[in-house]
Amino acid sequence: MRRMLTFRDFDWTLLAMVLVLCTISVMEVYSATLHTRFSNFHTKQVFWIVGGLVAMFILSKVDYHKLIDWSPWAYGICLVALAAVKLVGHKALGAKRWFAFHGFQFQPSEWVKLVLVLVVARYFANLGGRNLTWREIFKALALVGVPMVLVLVEPDLGTTLIYMPVLIAGLFLGGISLRQSLILMTCAVVLIGGAWSSGKVLKPYQKARLTSFVNPDNDPKGSGYQVRQSLIAVGDGGIWGKGAEKGSQTQGYFLPIPYTDFIFAAFSEEHGFVGAILVLLLYFFILMRLIQNAQTAADLSGSLIIMGIVAVLTFQIAVNVGMVIGFMPVTGIPLPLMSYGGSSVLFTFLALGVAMNVRMRRFVN
Amino acid sequence: MVSEHRDNRGEKIPNIKLVAVQWGILLLMLALVAGLWRLQVLGAQNFRSLAEQNRIRKVPVLAPRGKLFDRDNRLIVDNYPSVSCFLVREQGHNVDADLPLIARGLNLDLDQLRATLRHYRGEPGYQPIPIKQDMTADESAFVAAHRNELPELETIDEERRLYPRDGFAAHLIGYVGEVSEDDLNNPRYATYEPGDVVGKAGVEETYDALLRGEDGARDVIVDSHGREVGYLGTQHAVPGKDLNLTIDLDVQKAAELALGPREGAVVAMDPRNGEILAMVSHPGFDPNAFAVRINRTEWSRLVTDPAHPLMNRAIQAQLAPGSTFKILMSLAGLEEGVAQDMHVFCAGGATFYGQFHACDRHHGTVDIEHAIPWSCDTFFYTLADKLGIDTIARYAHEVGLGQRTGIDLPNEATGVVPSTDWKLRNFHEKWYAGETISVGIGQGPVTVTPIQLTRMIAGIASDGHFVRPHVVDPAQLPQEFRSALYDSFPGSGAATVSMQNSTWMTITQGMAGATDPTQGGTAAASHLDGIDFAGKTGTAQIASHAAIKLMKGVDTRPTGWFVGVIPRRNPEFVVCVLFQHGDWGSNAARLATYVAAAYVDKQRRLEHNILEQAGQTKPVEVGALWSNPDGKGGFQGGHFVVDGAAVDGELQNAEAGKDASRGPKPQSDVAASMYGLKSVRENSFGQIFRVRIGGSSSLQAAESAQNSEVALATGPLKPALWPWARVLTQTLKPVPSPKPAPSLKPVRFEFTGPIQPAMIVPRREDVP
Repeated sequence: MRRMLTFRDFDWTLLAMVLVLCTISVMEVYSATLHTRFSNFHTKQVFWIVGGLVAMFILSKVDYHKLIDWSPWAYGICLVALAAVKLVGHKALGAKRWFAFHGFQFQPSEWVKLVLVLVVARYFANLGGRNLTWREIFKALALVGVPMVLVLVEPDLGTTLIYMPVLIAGLFLGGISLRQSLILMTCAVVLIGGAWSSGKVLKPYQKARLTSFVNPDNDPKGSGYQVRQSLIAVGDGGIWGKGAEKGSQTQGYFLPIPYTDFIFAAFSEEHGFVGAILVLLLYFFILMRLIQNAQTAADLSGSLIIMGIVAVLTFQIAVNVGMVIGFMPVTGIPLPLMSYGGSSVLFTFLALGVAMNVRMRRFVN
Repeated sequence: MVSEHRDNRGEKIPNIKLVAVQWGILLLMLALVAGLWRLQVLGAQNFRSLAEQNRIRKVPVLAPRGKLFDRDNRLIVDNYPSVSCFLVREQGHNVDADLPLIARGLNLDLDQLRATLRHYRGEPGYQPIPIKQDMTADESAFVAAHRNELPELETIDEERRLYPRDGFAAHLIGYVGEVSEDDLNNPRYATYEPGDVVGKAGVEETYDALLRGEDGARDVIVDSHGREVGYLGTQHAVPGKDLNLTIDLDVQKAAELALGPREGAVVAMDPRNGEILAMVSHPGFDPNAFAVRINRTEWSRLVTDPAHPLMNRAIQAQLAPGSTFKILMSLAGLEEGVAQDMHVFCAGGATFYGQFHACDRHHGTVDIEHAIPWSCDTFFYTLADKLGIDTIARYAHEVGLGQRTGIDLPNEATGVVPSTDWKLRNFHEKWYAGETISVGIGQGPVTVTPIQLTRMIAGIASDGHFVRPHVVDPAQLPQEFRSALYDSFPGSGAATVSMQNSTWMTITQGMAGATDPTQGGTAAASHLDGIDFAGKTGTAQIASHAAIKLMKGVDTRPTGWFVGVIPRRNPEFVVCVLFQHGDWGSNAARLATYVAAAYVDKQRRLEHNILEQAGQTKPVEVGALWSNPDGKGGFQGGHFVVDGAAVDGELQNAEAGKDASRGPKPQSDVAASMYGLKSVRENSFGQIFRVRIGGSSSLQAAESAQNSEVALATGPLKPALWPWARVLTQTLKPVPSPKPAPSLKPVRFEFTGPIQPAMIVPRREDVP
């Protein structure tokens, strides 16, 4: 029988931390778009967040087992959508990643993340956590690999990379052995090396972006420009920051897209080391809270879902902040809960909704 | 559906794996914190300054360049406001695709625009590329209207040079252009930056440091598109210094017209102080073509033109002086005591060292007095042979040949004075005495520039007083610039060469004869009635007769020279004309007369010029004071009427009047000049002139004999100051002198009775 669910079981602590981050996000989007033609973005961001919250509550009401059951269908739809966007999608900045839809742009590759988390969780939960055979591993690789290839040809290198942690988390938690993982890693290195040098998989600008972070001064006006300006912005903030709406790198548009991919740089310039540490702490606690939820989940599939989400979020935070401070190449991966953008906000809240879902049902059955 | 998937309850992720994940995330976060620490705490200082550099841009405020005026404050070179367009590649979205639109909007040639951009390919993207100067209002409007589509275009307001049209005085003035890379490596240009506009020739180059002023800057806050979003402060530009040239536009105009389309140069100078009154070199060029970026075809046309239009012939043409060199030969010959007693028989030439040297006429027996006006070659062949090359060279060096005159214009040429040393050094050969013969008539290896010749003749006619020619009066220059300018021309400059009186008299007399029709002078056609215009012609072959036959199609007509002075002794005006392919020196002399006449006309027109007034039929009233010849007693005074018509009147010593005052003895620093009068200062009764009665100040004999001074006051006499009415007529007579001053016109003075002490207006320096 099924007990009535109440929102008493909802993870309010997690939600509080998330909302604090969302508030910071709206404030920084406001500051970064001040005096530009995007100056209404912070209100739009509020709408996205409210929409995300609603979606999150709705999703948390649907039993995640049902979501897992539906996930193969969703997976199939995603593959069709990704193929379609290549054919009929809206071309922006040289890449077809979007559907334009009544003035809103819709980026299917964002949604694939969530579906992939569910599919992978379903796959490994069905295997029951025992040691994996090579056959099972290759099936998992194919499961993630097909949408990755479809996104890669859009071309959207950043999102492609986001799918990797879903796979890695699934394999790691789903029971891959040390020996198998070493063999896989060796193969991956060889494959990536081959892809890099063949010149057919990655476009030159993608390669340039991936390497210019190492030494941005080699190309100060090209792809190194963004890295350089980001480093200047972060460093310019100092310990206490220059104050809201006072960062010269942010306000003078030296920092590229300071409201989306480089919002952390903008925030660091205006609120300094102290502010940046605060944000990182919030992320850390959110992730820890999610892992705790995974521990207490009612079954393996719930744990795997939450850990998949943790993997995606951790990866995005690490890559985005790493990019901003010059540790990582520029890949165009947004910072969850901070970067402006409907798809990103909705994905994050839906992911959290699924996580809440798992938590709320931890005592069920 | 629920029943479909297997029940995996109780299966859990091993806790150890989750803890591992937690530790992994913690390490990741610590790594990010370390990265932030590195940037925000350790590197804050560095990144803050980088952010400032991003944000603040210095926008230059261009200083207007100093204007150039002539000696009478008439404008020669002006500035005009102009808008230039620059292209900044990093500000554009797709510059290459925009080029056709830009070319259309700015009326540029698309291919040339592409070529310009290619030229700057290696420069950083923020470097502004100049693509259009002197934009029209339409073109400016085009840029303003396309701010959003063409963010790479920037306009800058600046002041540009406006030069006289048709190349008027172009070589003298020079032109400006963008500083070249070679210049930037030169320590002289240490303070210049790429893109600066600098003087490239003439006065513009020499006086660039003064003319350019100092650019200011505005510190503006910009965004990443270079748009101004704020403003911090301004350093104001210091405008360049305006300069007065010594050029007299009237004389310059006459010289330009006189030379006309002919190839050559004209230099006119005041030999008393070296002020250049006119300097012309033809063919010329239009410096306005350089003020706006010169296009390549025009530039290559100017550079490759066989007539060398960019060359300032007045200071750079090194040519054989021809017979004008005979002035120097005469000086050497007379000073060495050789020429005085020479009587040479001229039978249309003579043979020296087995070779016949021709003269253009059979002059018969010639002495030095006739050799100069007749320009007898045979006489000077003989003189050269007697003197020898090294004596000639010594005198030539003394009067400034073979070296720069030190004129304040760039790239002056030195000319050549041959000597045995010179030949040994340059050709490693011994000098043959036969070579000296043609040097005697200014042929052979000897070459001079027009400015050297001007200075030489001016100095000799001024009794050995040589000056440094200049086109800008040094009095208006800052002290350090002036000394730097003088230091940069070591060697010649002002110099005094002592010569015997008789030498001076003979040479100047000979030059006067050259323009005197009654003496059969070579420039008789250039005689100017009523003007004491003396000079010397020169006709210099540019190739031997044998060589001329081989040079088909090349203009091998000889070079015509003329150097003239007004008056013949202690001149106030000297003019030198170089007429290339002019056939004869007399042709050059005719051109010189235009310039000389223009000068004299101008002087006669001048206000307060006593002589001009004296030329009128009505006598002019003047008041006067003078000291006693014996130096005892005080002043005497009078009321004079200067009457130029009384040319036959004798000048006598003013009869001593009664003592007027026991005031201090007037100083004897009298500046008598051309007509014996020079304005000293103004006071309440008009313009004061002081003269030494009876002669010019440089006449030593007259000075000792006549130590009187007269203060003449021109202008209306004020009854309150000059109440006495009785008029005495007194004529003044110059004391006979071995060096008569022919320019001092006879003046008749009328004056009234003695001045009462109370009526004397004290001189300014006498007032305690």
